[in-house]
Amino acid sequence: MSQATGQPVVASPSVAASVRSGATHVQRRPSMNLTDVAQAAAIVLLIAFILLPVYWMVSTSLKTTNQTFAVPPALVFTPTFQHYREVFTDTAVPHSLWNSVIVATTATLLAVILGTPAAYALSRFDFRGKADLWFWFISNRFLSPIVVAIPFFLLARDLNLLDTHLALILVYQTFNVPLVIWLCTDQFRLVPREVDEAAMVDGANRWQAFLRLNLPLAAPGIAVSAILCFLFSWNEFLFAFTLTREGTRTAPVEANNFVTDFGIRWGPMMATGTLIVLPVLVFAALVSRHLVRGLTMGAVK
Amino acid sequence: MAASHGEAAMRTAPAAPIGRRRSINWTAVTMLAPAVIALLAIGIYPLIRAIDTSFREYVVRTAAQGTPYIGFNNYREVITDGFFWRALGRTGLLFVYAVPIQVVLGVGIAALLTATRWHALAALTRVLLVVPIATTPTVVGLIGRLVYDREFGVINWAIGLVGIGPVSWTGNPQIVLFTLAITDIWQWTPFVALVALAGLTAVPQDIIEASKLETSRWWDTFRHIQIPYLLPGLTAILIIRTADILKLFDTVFVLTRGGPGVSSELVSLYVQRVGFRFFNLGLASAQAILLLIVCIVLSRSYIRLFYREIES
Repeated sequence: MSQATGQPVVASPSVAASVRSGATHVQRRPSMNLTDVAQAAAIVLLIAFILLPVYWMVSTSLKTTNQTFAVPPALVFTPTFQHYREVFTDTAVPHSLWNSVIVATTATLLAVILGTPAAYALSRFDFRGKADLWFWFISNRFLSPIVVAIPFFLLARDLNLLDTHLALILVYQTFNVPLVIWLCTDQFRLVPREVDEAAMVDGANRWQAFLRLNLPLAAPGIAVSAILCFLFSWNEFLFAFTLTREGTRTAPVEANNFVTDFGIRWGPMMATGTLIVLPVLVFAALVSRHLVRGLTMGAVK
Repeated sequence: MAASHGEAAMRTAPAAPIGRRRSINWTAVTMLAPAVIALLAIGIYPLIRAIDTSFREYVVRTAAQGTPYIGFNNYREVITDGFFWRALGRTGLLFVYAVPIQVVLGVGIAALLTATRWHALAALTRVLLVVPIATTPTVVGLIGRLVYDREFGVINWAIGLVGIGPVSWTGNPQIVLFTLAITDIWQWTPFVALVALAGLTAVPQDIIEASKLETSRWWDTFRHIQIPYLLPGLTAILIIRTADILKLFDTVFVLTRGGPGVSSELVSLYVQRVGFRFFNLGLASAQAILLLIVCIVLSRSYIRLFYREIES
């Protein structure tokens, strides 16, 4: 690790070394020293480490098949959209993307409808068993999907729900509803109780206070939790893999089908990967500050 | 609790029998009921179903002839099944390979981003850190197949420039777990970094300034002032990463299918194979229940550590 900020200003590496031994704290001026250069280099390396795999996928999706197999790799090339054309004209990928849109959107909406009133109640009322309810909600974060997938498969088969959007939308509530409840309870706590009290003095009941005042006031937080639900639903694989067939396969499952024993069509596969990931990255950038809160169920703000 | 004042009239105990002094707060009930009923239906009912199935001989091929109860036979089979325990062992090994490196790198990244004077660059990095976390795990597996490829993969080309390789990243049973660890490190180090950043930004600036008057060594400030702020987040990370690696399925399934042989078959892949390849749902349910018990133990400890104020 490199040195912290607030270093005295130095012009040359040799002076920097002498200062590091610790004596002088003089005035600060924004000029470069060795530490700053090392830090900049470290950050640039880090950015490269983060982005290169994704860049490699996107660039491979724009290469011809011959360029994909080139050693050394083709770093400069003329992009071609042939793989995207192929993906859109002769694969099931567009259909699977549409399935993903339907499932993720509906699963998100349902989670918000189910979760926000519960979150509001948890932020406003005290009752016996509240701690147990909390525990039960959070424990879903630790549930291995394979534990749910097996009985849900049997259940969906009995109810004729295999290969339907509904089965996925329902099973995604196992992680979406707790997420909405967790994030939105915090949000409703921020709405002053006086707002509710004033409304109820004016004759509104609790539900009205919730729907007309709290919901709009907490809207930014609800939007964040909705985006996170969408992300997690969009990215989900195991449930979709076990509960869907040709008709309602979501995009990640369809992408997995490019991996066959008879070889891989790298170009279309990487084009599909790009199509799946790009919308996710846009959403993730929108909620970047809240992603950690979602992943830790609010344990880390 | 936030609701401890002002709302005495609203405070009720829905579970209390009618006739007690406190009456049922129907508003709270109507608000909580949809979520609770939904989670019961999709969470508890399948669980009961899984427990029931775990005591039956339930193989899809022969299920038409009946699925008789066979007592603890499935559980006995899991306990004595070397494949199950070895899969669990590989899962633990992946944790040991990946998580300590993630923690060290993640804290290092957070310290770098808080200490640097390149504020714009640090802010940009902070946003970019979400890229690996948000990338669809299935797609991470696909990218892995591309970059780890023995013949034309870019990683073998890059290490070839310094005279190493070529390495069979996903084809060598000795190496494949390291390959999974590298992949996991790429995807989840940013998560550690973001949690650590949240901890470091919580350190009051004047305390840091004061400590700088005491010592000029960056490490002293870091150890005595900043580490205490990091600890809660780091404990959270340890437990969440434990749960997530126990759950890990998609990336590994797409990247290696558990191979070569079973050398990268983690526990969730093994349960999936028993349930949906061998279609022995009775045995798979028993495995799943044992896995669930591990998860419950973990989540209990998690809540003890982080949600004390809610439990009290």
